Amino acid sequence: MRYTAKKLAMMLLTMVIVSFLAFLAFQIIPGDPTVRLLGTDATAESVALLRAELGLDRPFFVRYAAWMQGALQGDFGRSYSYAMPVSELLAGKIGITALLTAVSFLLIVTISLPAGILLCVREHPRLDRAADAVNQLIMAIPPFFTGILMTLVFGLMLRWFVPGSFVSPSEDFWRSAAYLVFPALAIALPRIAMTVKMLRASVRGELTKDYVRTAYSRGNSRWQALCHHVLRNAVVPTVAFLAMTAADLVAGSVVIEQVFSVPGLGRLLLTSIANRDFPVVQAIVVILALWVVLVNGAADLLNQRLDPRLRLS
Amino acid sequence: MKRKFALFLALCLVCAVLGGCGGGSKRGGAEGSNGLDDERKANNEIVVAIPQDLADSLDPHGSMSAGTREILFNIYEGLVKTGPDGELIPAVAESYRISEDGLTYTFKLRENVKFHNGAKVSAEDVIYSLQRCINNAGNMGDSALVSALSAIRYDELVAGEDNTVSFRIDKPNPELIYFLTVAVVPADYDSLDTAPCGTGPFRFVSRSPQESIVLERFDDYWGERAALDRVTLRVYTDPTALVLALKAGSVDLCPHLTAAQTAQLGTAYTILEDTMNLVQAVYLNHNMAPLDNETVRQAMCYAINRQEIMDMVADGHGVAVGSSIYPKLTRFFLPELVDRYPYNVEKAKELLAQAGYPDGFDLAIAVVSSYQPHMDTAEVVVEQLRAIGINASVQPMDSATWLNDVYVGRSFQATITGVDAKNVTARAMLERFVSDNGKNFINYSNPEYDALYAQAMAAVNEAEQTELYQKMETILCDTAANLYIQDLADLVAIRGDLTGLRFYPVYVLDLQTVHYE
Repeated sequence: MRYTAKKLAMMLLTMVIVSFLAFLAFQIIPGDPTVRLLGTDATAESVALLRAELGLDRPFFVRYAAWMQGALQGDFGRSYSYAMPVSELLAGKIGITALLTAVSFLLIVTISLPAGILLCVREHPRLDRAADAVNQLIMAIPPFFTGILMTLVFGLMLRWFVPGSFVSPSEDFWRSAAYLVFPALAIALPRIAMTVKMLRASVRGELTKDYVRTAYSRGNSRWQALCHHVLRNAVVPTVAFLAMTAADLVAGSVVIEQVFSVPGLGRLLLTSIANRDFPVVQAIVVILALWVVLVNGAADLLNQRLDPRLRLS
Repeated sequence: MKRKFALFLALCLVCAVLGGCGGGSKRGGAEGSNGLDDERKANNEIVVAIPQDLADSLDPHGSMSAGTREILFNIYEGLVKTGPDGELIPAVAESYRISEDGLTYTFKLRENVKFHNGAKVSAEDVIYSLQRCINNAGNMGDSALVSALSAIRYDELVAGEDNTVSFRIDKPNPELIYFLTVAVVPADYDSLDTAPCGTGPFRFVSRSPQESIVLERFDDYWGERAALDRVTLRVYTDPTALVLALKAGSVDLCPHLTAAQTAQLGTAYTILEDTMNLVQAVYLNHNMAPLDNETVRQAMCYAINRQEIMDMVADGHGVAVGSSIYPKLTRFFLPELVDRYPYNVEKAKELLAQAGYPDGFDLAIAVVSSYQPHMDTAEVVVEQLRAIGINASVQPMDSATWLNDVYVGRSFQATITGVDAKNVTARAMLERFVSDNGKNFINYSNPEYDALYAQAMAAVNEAEQTELYQKMETILCDTAANLYIQDLADLVAIRGDLTGLRFYPVYVLDLQTVHYE
């Protein structure tokens, strides 16, 4: 019980620190929303007037305290760009990015785990070297380039999807998910390569240990030794890695959303930073921090179940 | 073992194929041979690609970017509105009369003009709109609009019988009528910033931020109804994604493309060329030495080869300009100013030496990094200036920083940008160079110019005013206020079976007459 309470406290502290840093960051970068809102109508007087109207002339800590107060009650303020409440603005976008992330993660897990294991079943030096080379290649290609290539090949040449015709999940869930397979694949590919590499290294490490020799001497085939004994040990560092990957998938989606014209959180974040739309950026930053913290917490729990040595008494 | 491996691979392949096919079959709609969606044609609707989301409040009396304004043109109208040839056409007002002395304006409103919410437009709505506009404009610092509309004696603004609105002003102002294109909105309506309600040929249906805006034809429009049933304006911020979407046929109409992008499109699209109705120039900060020296500026003008810029940046598309009036403002544009400083490197070097800078000087040119035409132009300009000994360099920055530091803060040496006008008056383009104007970001200060402007504001008839504006235009050119380059080309890709797009001398996207053949 104390353990969960401590974890929860750490979570909240992390989010507070992150939101503070984001607020601070906007103090440092030049420009504020007033100038962009006024555009070429901006004069020194009109800027000052609008700043006062939006409350931007109050000191830093006053503004932060006001934001924090609102956030604790669920009110994240109004977007300066869209003149609508931030929660309303984000409601739709979260679903889209969540779906994209979910599909990416599903692809990563279903492809990399079997691939990683199968490549370890027997010693094929040439296959190993080839697999290594392919891995390196996939890790090296930047995701946006993969995205563009995929749009070209699967979209324009093979016509498996129509680029630019994104439909939101609330309108048509399966069509949306089908369209998202391709951007999800573009995000997932480098991470699949990394996970496979991790898993193979981990499994190979385990295979040299004594208990594996014992398993063979008791009559297990290589395949049985792998599945029943080695995997549980080898998968622990991989689960930690997958947690990091899941957290980082949202970051990867930012670029891919641009290439595939998917209107998710990532794109909204970039545009809001460029437009200096503080309330939206703050809210998204808090959501992302929450996501990372939750994922890491879940990974911890999962690891504890897999490896009793990690359990606290 | 090998069998299991092979089985696994086969399973993966089957999944991938099924997944792909599933997506494909759910695409819906038949595909024309060129990839463009015939389903949209059957439904009489189009998808328009816009490069920036309308990340503004949709309030027509508020401040907004040019991109937002060009779309709202379809939703809102004023007492009069701008026509494709730059002349004003009656909109909410059926006709108007200006008295002989230019002091009394009478507008007869149309009987059958309605708002999108079904309410009939009354004189009260017009009065309310004008007063609301002037309040907002005051906050925004739009001095031209404020001073034009403040001249109206609001306490004498009356709604006459038989549906007229009339008002008086203190001094005659030939330009006032051009400012009456401001939107007429319902007097009792609250949500103008998120749910537009106007009198135009299209009505606002919905908006999904970062994704799309949907408009539908307004069936009770007073004039010729729009041809299309529905228009979806989809946001494509990434230029690569936009080209891919065009090639896939997801988009029916796409304005403001670059030459490089249109070159990649196939025969499914017709490419129409127009200009962007702005003045792109190297704007110089007159408070920074040596740019305060007229001879130095003139030397730099001789060093700029506009044709080379247009060739390198846009395959030769674009129209050269010589002053701060773009060619489609035909009432004011003076073609003889365009070649006032023909390209001449020797003359440029000579003038520079004469001014006391035989070895040139350093020049930092600030440019918004996300706007590719300006960035490309900057690179060519840098080379051209280097040829006469000026050590020029490009200083890229993001647009918020540019607005803050360069436009408002005025801490820059030179910058490349495009300046446009909100309405078809010369005032909109020339007013900012008056020495005490709030938007005089180049710190231009010329007493002769200021005097002419004061006279223009006091002019009683249009001919007199036009002549004064043309003199101001000439002064800007003669004193080499800026290094004028061009009015950028506006390339529009429109699918082969769509037609009817009309071009305007202001930055608008008029969808009323667009229709399938």
